[in-house]
Amino acid sequence: MEGYTASELMSIVAMQGFAGISLFSVLLLMALGLAIIFGQMGVINMAHGEFMTIGAYTTFLLSSMAGEFGLVDYYFPVAIIVSFLVAFGVGYLTEWALIRHLYARPLDTLLATWGLSLMLQQIFRTVFGAREVSPAMPGWLQGSWQPTDAIDIPINGLFVLGLTVLLTTAVLYYLYKSRSGVKMRATTQNRMMAGAVGINTKRVDRFTFALGCGIAGVAGAAFTTIASTGPTTGSLYIVDTFMVVVFGGAASLFGTIASAFAIAEAQSIMEFFMSGSMAKVLTLLFVVGVLMIRPEGLFSVKVRK
Amino acid sequence: MNFFMQRMMGGKEGAVAFVIIAAVILVLFPLFLDIFRLNLVGKYLTYAFVAVGLVMCWGYGGILSLGQGVFFGLGGYAMAMFLKLEASSPEATAIQSTPGIPDFMDWNQITALPWFWEPFNSLPLTIIAVLVVPTIFAFFIGVAMFKRRVGGVYFAIITQAIALILTVLIVGQQGYTGGINGITDLRTLLGWDIRDDSAKYILYFVNAILLLGVIMIGRFVITSKLGRLLVAMRDREDRVRFSGYDVSAFKIFVFCLAAMFSAIGGAMFTLQVGFMSPSFVGIVPSIEMVIFAAVGGRMSLIGAVYGTLLVSFGKTYFSEVAPELWLFMMGALFIAVVMAFPNGLAGIYQKHRSKVIALGRRLCARVPFCPTYRVGAPRPSES
Repeated sequence: MEGYTASELMSIVAMQGFAGISLFSVLLLMALGLAIIFGQMGVINMAHGEFMTIGAYTTFLLSSMAGEFGLVDYYFPVAIIVSFLVAFGVGYLTEWALIRHLYARPLDTLLATWGLSLMLQQIFRTVFGAREVSPAMPGWLQGSWQPTDAIDIPINGLFVLGLTVLLTTAVLYYLYKSRSGVKMRATTQNRMMAGAVGINTKRVDRFTFALGCGIAGVAGAAFTTIASTGPTTGSLYIVDTFMVVVFGGAASLFGTIASAFAIAEAQSIMEFFMSGSMAKVLTLLFVVGVLMIRPEGLFSVKVRK
Repeated sequence: MNFFMQRMMGGKEGAVAFVIIAAVILVLFPLFLDIFRLNLVGKYLTYAFVAVGLVMCWGYGGILSLGQGVFFGLGGYAMAMFLKLEASSPEATAIQSTPGIPDFMDWNQITALPWFWEPFNSLPLTIIAVLVVPTIFAFFIGVAMFKRRVGGVYFAIITQAIALILTVLIVGQQGYTGGINGITDLRTLLGWDIRDDSAKYILYFVNAILLLGVIMIGRFVITSKLGRLLVAMRDREDRVRFSGYDVSAFKIFVFCLAAMFSAIGGAMFTLQVGFMSPSFVGIVPSIEMVIFAAVGGRMSLIGAVYGTLLVSFGKTYFSEVAPELWLFMMGALFIAVVMAFPNGLAGIYQKHRSKVIALGRRLCARVPFCPTYRVGAPRPSES
């Protein structure tokens, strides 16, 4: 670290830390959906990344439509909602066609959803082409915020962070305060009892799965503001997302938040001191190492098995 | 002899299936395929080693590893390192700024052979490395996971992460591993040119015989008491544990065995194809190998070989004819196998077994020297 003054170093840490926050936002948005699907329901959805891509492409389509009518500045909030709805719909169909037949065979779900992810990737490639696309960015998302001369924080990163906080709060509120969230937790914790007290567990399952997919769709919409989207974009994040959920403790949403933060910051700060690939290797090795010592993850819910 | 029939072949029916696959691999393919296609089949058969290993640890042991490419890659890279050092003699690499080291090291400004490359100057050490390094690696993963009773889905996800880590590491450390291109331009094995046609024939047969040997070892394990314990453990782990068995030891054993099989396949892959790259290590090839086993039938060692051949042929064929269709079909295949044919080809055979056997007997009865020739009427099948 020769040649940096103290204030320069501070700026580096601030900016690198903020780059980590962007990664954290994407990982957390992805992981929130997966924490519901995998953590709560125990379904391994290898196609989760593709649901994010669905959201990203939906945003792209809306932005090109908005571009024709000159509404580029206003389409984005609509895009978030539509992305959610599209991913929710596809998730709903997936649960009906595929997942519901496989609840008793978790390893087979893994293979089937992997097959689904391959098919979706090919559909993206056929429809949108193999090249990466970026939607037109509204003016208010461009530019950066400069608290001091040396620190330069991009607005889109701040926006995604805001969206992440909002969505996380909403999911937590939904799961712990709403009527439907209570039903969902009841079903995942004790299916037979939930059925006995009159909850339609099949419907709850389908809704839960679709909700997780919908959140992935929102992650996709947010993702378009910081990077471009290609057919395989989602699959690049799927292993990391699973690691976030497992590392945090599968059944704990707070664990998911903490582990997304830890993984993203570790990777992004190490990236400054070494190559990106080594930073990734070390981060993942650390996570795997911790999981070998503590298989239940950082925050575990005590359950009787 | 009886021991051999029962334990290595799996009874009479198993022996017939074994003879058929041996005939297909050793006689049919070499007779009817030109050397280019035969070499391609040889490449597919190296994947079958992994698939056979997966039948052992996934079908029988219930442990789904999504990181078998790691072991395939370790075996393949060990062999490739030996061949690369042989191809990088000081005379052959005289134009480099440091002669005598592999070309990609020279390109990356490395001036001396790294220590972990040194053992690969000797063939015996390399063969030991092919067999031992992946097995020890599997042993450590197995001990860490199974002793803590991590299994099922978590094991699958963590092995997948390990596959990702190894791929990123290989690609990132270009100077030591050849990076994304892998280790290429391999020419000779102890002065024997592995690229000419006669060498390809010999390597094909070596590979085929090794594969048949691996199937026999697999059969031996499955028909032993250990094999029955594996199935019991897969279905009711706690009962086996309460009966006083150390469940994790069996799991570690079968996982190590599968890893060693994969490594042999990897080494044979390098010899036949002439290079090794990270694209055979990562998540995608690892999952593809699972689908080979699933298509063949997760409970059938021989089915795994047919499954591998079928899917690989399909992949090659469709990538030539309609590349955009292939990924779609592969995805559909995953879903179809899981939803409609959970026991794969072997399951379809089992369903129509009596018909197939009757047909076989009828055909066989017309051929002299066939065991059923003199019997005439079909005997009731034994099972």
